Amino acid sequence: MNEKTNQRRRTLSILVQNKFGVLSRVASLFSGRGYNIESLSVAPTEDPTLSRVTLVTDGSEEILEQIYKQLNKLIDVIKVVDTSRENHVNREMVLVKVRGDASVRADLIRAADVFKGNIIDASARTCTIEVTGEEGKIEAFIDLMTSFGILEIARTGRVAISKGPRTLKPGRVKP
Amino acid sequence: MRIGAELFLDCLVREGVSHIFGFPGGVVLKLYDRLMDSDIKHILTRHEQAAAHAADGYSRSTGKVGVCLATSGPGATNLVTGIATAYMDSVPLIAFTGQVSTDLIGGDAFQEADIVGITRPITKHNFLVKDVADLARTIREAFHIARTGRPGPVLVDLPRDMLDAATRHVYPKTVEIRGYNPVYDGNPGQIRRAANLILNSTRPVIYAGGGVIISAASKELVQMAELINIPTTTTLMGLGGFPASHPLFLGMLGMHGTYAANMTISNSDLILAVGARFDDRVTGKIEEFAPNAKIIHIDIDPSAISKNVKVDIPIVGDAKNILKSLMAELKKHSDTKWKEITREWLKEVNAWEKENPLKYEKIDDVIKPQQVVEEIYRLTRGDAIVTTDVGQNQMWTAQYYKFEKPRRLLSSGGLGTMGFGLPAAIGAQVGNPDSLVFAIAGDGSVQMNIQELITAVQYELPVKVAILNNGYLGMVRQWQELFFDRRYSATDLEVSPDFVGVAKAYGAKGMEGNKPSDVEKIIKEAINTAGPVVMNFRVEREENVYPMVPLGAGIKDMILGPPEKKK
Repeated sequence: MNEKTNQRRRTLSILVQNKFGVLSRVASLFSGRGYNIESLSVAPTEDPTLSRVTLVTDGSEEILEQIYKQLNKLIDVIKVVDTSRENHVNREMVLVKVRGDASVRADLIRAADVFKGNIIDASARTCTIEVTGEEGKIEAFIDLMTSFGILEIARTGRVAISKGPRTLKPGRVKP
Repeated sequence: MRIGAELFLDCLVREGVSHIFGFPGGVVLKLYDRLMDSDIKHILTRHEQAAAHAADGYSRSTGKVGVCLATSGPGATNLVTGIATAYMDSVPLIAFTGQVSTDLIGGDAFQEADIVGITRPITKHNFLVKDVADLARTIREAFHIARTGRPGPVLVDLPRDMLDAATRHVYPKTVEIRGYNPVYDGNPGQIRRAANLILNSTRPVIYAGGGVIISAASKELVQMAELINIPTTTTLMGLGGFPASHPLFLGMLGMHGTYAANMTISNSDLILAVGARFDDRVTGKIEEFAPNAKIIHIDIDPSAISKNVKVDIPIVGDAKNILKSLMAELKKHSDTKWKEITREWLKEVNAWEKENPLKYEKIDDVIKPQQVVEEIYRLTRGDAIVTTDVGQNQMWTAQYYKFEKPRRLLSSGGLGTMGFGLPAAIGAQVGNPDSLVFAIAGDGSVQMNIQELITAVQYELPVKVAILNNGYLGMVRQWQELFFDRRYSATDLEVSPDFVGVAKAYGAKGMEGNKPSDVEKIIKEAINTAGPVVMNFRVEREENVYPMVPLGAGIKDMILGPPEKKK
């Protein structure tokens, strides 16, 4: 949010081999070279031999260029795209557990509705709500929940995909 | 059906491996057993670190992939410094490590270490083989990755059960790695732009690094320099990539570079960087590095480009290919009177060469370390393979041994590993049995792997170890003298072994030189000795390496010699 003048926040989509140890290669590249990871999410793709990493990072243009090059240097990395440079959509999900006995239950339901959230669990004194959206919406929802008393939060980190027909297909495989 | 260990050795033979350097242990017993029946010769070093350095020296001197082998746990962790050394200098090296059985991994078993995790940031890539069906393909990929693109070390971790398991798999004919496609040919548009920039420059300089040696581009580099009469400097790693006796050669640049090289770079209007990476020991203070120069940067590793210094024209690819294309492009403009353009510039460059050549003062009663290096150069006619350790011995070798050919200087440039020289010399001698191999060492660094004298003796490897013995950790002492008010904290090695006695204890020849008149005689005798030799030269204790660029200064701000009062 408080971006310095030459600091850029980027969402990188990284296609990697779905092998053990690949995530630690990506993560240790960042820690070893002093790059920042704001959030990271990873899961297999429609091709089970490949996984997709969505990584949010920031840095100067020079650092971002190095991040891109260093990622490409990893043997298990197949493709890196700066999705935030493209027309794209991004989402993250949050699960918020709040204090929510009968006296505030109705208020909670209304609040969740405003954010198109779902109440996914409720107990006598607590209530857990799921909300999906862009970061700003998630932040706003968490702000709102503060007044109820947040007990616990679990966020997924960002996932992103470019709009239109563009896809993150692996490059041509050379013979 | 074969077992994994047999398949492993078969794969190595198919990769062209004739020698491996290693040290056995529990989990690799089966492999060592089958090794006895193999055509591959095993060199038993006395420390795994030395096995890695020896494989590295073998590789640097021959251009082939070097192979080392160690057991799990401490055997594997002892390789770490050697692997990191190879990584920083882009040496194709394969480290095979034993690992505890797959069913024990993660249980803190005896001699278990997560060597794949430990070496992740210091290898080009690494593998843990978890299924014997993957073994042959993994070895194939490891060699492919190590020797292609920007070369580097690859580690393959082999759990004990992989070596025992029966398998029908064979060495695969082809190798295909998704996401790994090094680029070898430069972009033609970039090459055209580079040619234009060269033609429009009046003060060009070539700055060449180890990439020239790796891509065997020395011939092309000389042709390129001669085409337009461009003065040429190299990094430590690039020495020998351009003949030192060539009139266009300026010597090494950087922290202990020549006055001419640093002045030429600083006053240039164009730098043609070939296979070099703008290391901080080369650039000095970045803001003052070649302030008026445009930069063309040829490198096979895209991440080396614009990492430390912003580059105007990057060309990604193999140095040899790109130099050829660049020369072809330049020759299209044959009407240009190139050599006239650079004539004035070369006059200036020559003046710098005359103004402050490399120099040291000889004295009658004490050996100067530079003198030893010069004498080794003279008596080997510049054609020996020379390894160094790290520190003053390394810099004096770089300055005073005039390397004419590539793959003659083997030195840990990037990591700066003390203890590299002797084991690297052993590896180089294994790979080049007919060559004269010298290890120029310090009295400090030689002790870091001195146990390898016995390896040289056992395998009759006639390496010549020349110790420049000043009784100090000399380079650190030099910094303490210049920047810490001569407070010699932990650098005095006055309590030191009798190196001649040590040599003899190991079964090598030992000789001691105390005065300048001994130097020639001892080196000659060493050369004429059939076996390994240790020459202990007692040299001037507080001799410094000059020129020197202080840390944080621009490279044109050199200290050229000792302060007057000391003379």
